[in-house]
Amino acid sequence: MKITGKAHKFGRDIDTDIIIPAQYLTTFDPDELALHCMEPLDGEFKANVTPGDIIVADENFGCGSSREHAPVAIKGAGIGAIIAKSFARIFYRNAINTGLPIFESAEAVDAINACDELSVDTGTGVITNVTTGRTWRTAAFPEFLAGVIEAGGLIEYTRRRVAAPRK
Amino acid sequence: MNITEKIIAAHAGRDRVAPGELVSVKIDVALANDITAPGAILEFAKIGVERVFDKDKVVIVPDHFTPNKDIASAEQAKMVRTFARAQDLTNYFEIGQMGIEHALLPELGLVLPGDLVIGADSHTCTYGGLGAFSTGMGSTDLAAAFATGETWLKVPPSLKFNIEGTLGPWVTGKDIILYIIGRIGVDGALYKAMEFTGGAIGALSMDSRFSICNMAIEAGGKNGIIAADATTRAYVAERSDRPYTVFESDDDAAYERVFEFRAEDIELQVAFPHLPSNARGLSDVGEVVVDQVVIGSCTNGRIEDLRIAAKILKGQTVHRGLRLIIIPATQKIYKQAMNEGLFDIFIDAGAAISTPTCGPCLGGHMGVLAAGERALATTNRNFVGRMGHKESEVYLAGPAVAAATAIAGKISAPDGAEN
Repeated sequence: MKITGKAHKFGRDIDTDIIIPAQYLTTFDPDELALHCMEPLDGEFKANVTPGDIIVADENFGCGSSREHAPVAIKGAGIGAIIAKSFARIFYRNAINTGLPIFESAEAVDAINACDELSVDTGTGVITNVTTGRTWRTAAFPEFLAGVIEAGGLIEYTRRRVAAPRK
Repeated sequence: MNITEKIIAAHAGRDRVAPGELVSVKIDVALANDITAPGAILEFAKIGVERVFDKDKVVIVPDHFTPNKDIASAEQAKMVRTFARAQDLTNYFEIGQMGIEHALLPELGLVLPGDLVIGADSHTCTYGGLGAFSTGMGSTDLAAAFATGETWLKVPPSLKFNIEGTLGPWVTGKDIILYIIGRIGVDGALYKAMEFTGGAIGALSMDSRFSICNMAIEAGGKNGIIAADATTRAYVAERSDRPYTVFESDDDAAYERVFEFRAEDIELQVAFPHLPSNARGLSDVGEVVVDQVVIGSCTNGRIEDLRIAAKILKGQTVHRGLRLIIIPATQKIYKQAMNEGLFDIFIDAGAAISTPTCGPCLGGHMGVLAAGERALATTNRNFVGRMGHKESEVYLAGPAVAAATAIAGKISAPDGAEN
C-alpha cells in the first residue's frame, strides 16, 4: 500500500497530552477526536491536513499516556502515516493495532522539510521524498507484526486466530 | 537471566528468553479503567468470543473521570458498568469501593510477586514494585487479551539502577525516580526494563517502591521492577492467600547498562515544566510561586505520602490564596488517614480533601488549572496542558516538597531538609 501526501514536521517528545488532551477522552469517535488533534500546539492542525498527509517527527513520538485515542485522532484527522526518529513504545503498539502505518528513520526525518511531498510504501518500507527525489529504506517489521498489519489490525488478526481451529 | 526475563519466560512456557525475542505470554491480570475500557469493550465485541477469558482476571476500575465528571463521562462509565455486569466480573469496583487503580490493586492483593500484568493505562508499570512484570498497553491490546488471556511481548533489554547508602530527611521513592529520569531523559529507558536494586531500594517502604516503578514509563521504560523481599512478603501476606513465585536476577544476569547512584546524592527533586525529566534538586529551584498544590495520584496518594504531608502541615496553614487539594488514593487509605487524625490536620490547615479519583492529574476534574496558573503536584506528568489550560504549568515533586510549598506559597523545602 502506498501513501502519498505532504509532510507535517514536529520536534521530539510529542506527547499524548498534545496529540489529544485528556479533556477529550470522553469519546472514541475518530471524527470528534480529530478536531482536537495537536490542539495545544496548533488549533488548526486538522483543517490543514489533506488525507494522506504524513507526520514527520523527531525522537520519542507519542510518549506519555497509553491512550489509544492518540493514533485514532491522528488517523481521524486524515494523516496517512507517521515517520519518526523513534516512537514511544505504547504508541508504537497502538498505531499498529489501529492500522496507522509507522516508519522509523532518523535519516529521512533530517532530510525532509515541511510541506515536502512524500510517498511511503508499507509493503517495501521505502520512504520517498518526491520533492527532492531521495529515498530511504526502513527496517522490516518482525513477521508477527507484519501479520497484524497485513490483517488490518490486531482485532482482525485475533478474530481470525480465534475462529480458526488450533492445529 | 534477570528477573524481567525470568517472569516473561515463565509466562511464555519457555525455559529461557532473551532480549529482542517476540513471545506470547499468559496474563495474570488484564486491567482497564473508565476511559480506556470503552475502547476495549467495543473492540472485544468484534472478535467473536462471548465471554472474557477469565472473569476473575479481568479487572476494571473506574477512576479517571469518576465520580462521573460530566454526561459524556457518565455514559462511558455506564457502558463499562454494563459490560462488567454482563461478564460477571469479580473485580469491578463501583464508586464507593473503588480507588485509583494502581493503588487499589496492590492493596487488595490482586497482583502478587511473579505475576504478569497488562493494563490499559501507562502507569500499569507500578506493580513492578511487588516484583511482578507489569506494563501498560492500549485498549485494543486489552480487548485481544480479554478474549484470549494472552498477549505478545518483545522481551526488553534491562537497565539496572543500583542505589546504595542512606536517603536524606524527607527523601522518598518519588525523589529517587525523578532524579533518575532527570539523568537519563524521557526516552532514556525506551523499550527497556528498569530494574532497581541496592541497599537504599531494599530499605524503602512498599509505598515508595510503587512510586518508583509507577514512573518507569516516564523514562520510556517498558516496565519497572524491584525484586520481592521480606518487606514485600509481609505486605502480601496480609492481603492474599494465592500462591506466588518470587523471581530474582541471577548473579550473571545480563544488563544493557548498570547505573550506580549514592542515596546521599539524591536531594529532594522538582521536575519543571514541561517534561518529567526536567528535574532539579531543590537547591537549584529558585523562587517559584504557585497557585495550587495537589497531593495524590497513583504515584503518591498512599498513606506514607499523606503521613509525610501531615507531619509538615501540622499546626500550619496553607498560604493565603493557594489551593491545596489532597486526594487519598483508595477508600482504605482515606479511612486510615481520617482515623489517624490526618484529616483534622489537613482541614485545619485549609486543604480540600477529595474522594479517590485521578481527577486533576490529567486535567480531568477536581482541580483543573486556568491560563497562567501554576501547580506543584505529586503526580507523574507535566506536559503542556496536562492539568488544564495549555498556558498553565505543572511542577512535579514528592509529598514533603508539596506540603512545604502549600504553606510557603512557593516551591520550598520542609524544615529539616538538607537545603
